[in-house]
Amino acid sequence: MMSVKNWPLWEIFVRSKNGLEHRHCGSLHAADADMALENARDVYTRRNEGVSIWVVESKHITASNPENNGELFEPAQDKVYRHPTFYDLPDEVKHM
Amino acid sequence: MKNQYLYNYILGIADNSLILGQRMGELCGHGPSLETDIACTNISLDLFGQVRSYFQYASKIAGDGRTEDDIAMLRKEREYKNVLLAEQPNTNFAYTIGRQFLFDVYHLAFLKELQKSTDLTLAAIANKCVKEVSYHERFSSDWVKRLGDGTEQSRQKMQEAIDDLWTYTDELFHLTESDKEMVSQGIGVDATLLKDAYYNSVKELLEEATLHIPDSKYFQKGGKKGIHTEHLGYLLSDLQYMQRTYPNMEW
Repeated sequence: MMSVKNWPLWEIFVRSKNGLEHRHCGSLHAADADMALENARDVYTRRNEGVSIWVVESKHITASNPENNGELFEPAQDKVYRHPTFYDLPDEVKHM
Repeated sequence: MKNQYLYNYILGIADNSLILGQRMGELCGHGPSLETDIACTNISLDLFGQVRSYFQYASKIAGDGRTEDDIAMLRKEREYKNVLLAEQPNTNFAYTIGRQFLFDVYHLAFLKELQKSTDLTLAAIANKCVKEVSYHERFSSDWVKRLGDGTEQSRQKMQEAIDDLWTYTDELFHLTESDKEMVSQGIGVDATLLKDAYYNSVKELLEEATLHIPDSKYFQKGGKKGIHTEHLGYLLSDLQYMQRTYPNMEW
């Protein structure tokens, strides 16, 4: 058997039902994309959590640097007017 | 018992899933990686779920007060009618996968036929099981290909497992007296008719996995008559431990 240490890490996104977006639910190890899909099915959808799975090898994700949080995110903290809270949503619009 | 043949027939099907489910369950916490560990345990749980449906039905037919648990847990070794293949141990991961693969190809073909049974309960159970087992077959086939067409070491181990387990495949297609009776009533599946297609698809996949197809003509049998390999006794002592040690205990 190939060493488990060699298996790359994959990020798993599961769509819980049609109409909703895929959401990140965790990560796992797999030798390739097909195995990542099967592993994701077994690890993350065994309690009926999903109708669709995306897998992305973790190395393809570019993350923001926490050191830059000040310039990236803090300027938004005092701009509450950017939240769309100044009008009522009709009940028919779900999942906003 | 009025329906002894049907009762025996159900147990023959259910015992395969029970014993194989116990084997896969042994890997809980011991799989080669977290992901494959969960996958094997999922297969085990699928099989136990199927077993419950069969034994609930068998308990109704027996009508002697024995529950599904009694039937599953309190028989003696000779009274288990699973095929020898199902009880073979988890020697290494290649054996686990090889055993699963050689059983899944049969199991899937069998259930597809059982869906047409004139016994509506059995047809309904088969209907539910067939999707689960389709996934088992996909999982085990993929792994046979990965290990067979993998490294030199994985290939050698996969080949060893297939060579050793091959001798237990022929028994899958033997008919017991109850099987024959159920076939004649349109309730049971004539497993002999599944044999050619089975070996064709198994051979096709082994070739894809760059493995040699064993050419042995000598096959082991006996499980369907209750004559087992030495491995079943140890498996049952695990499976039955709680009920034997604390009779009638409930969760």
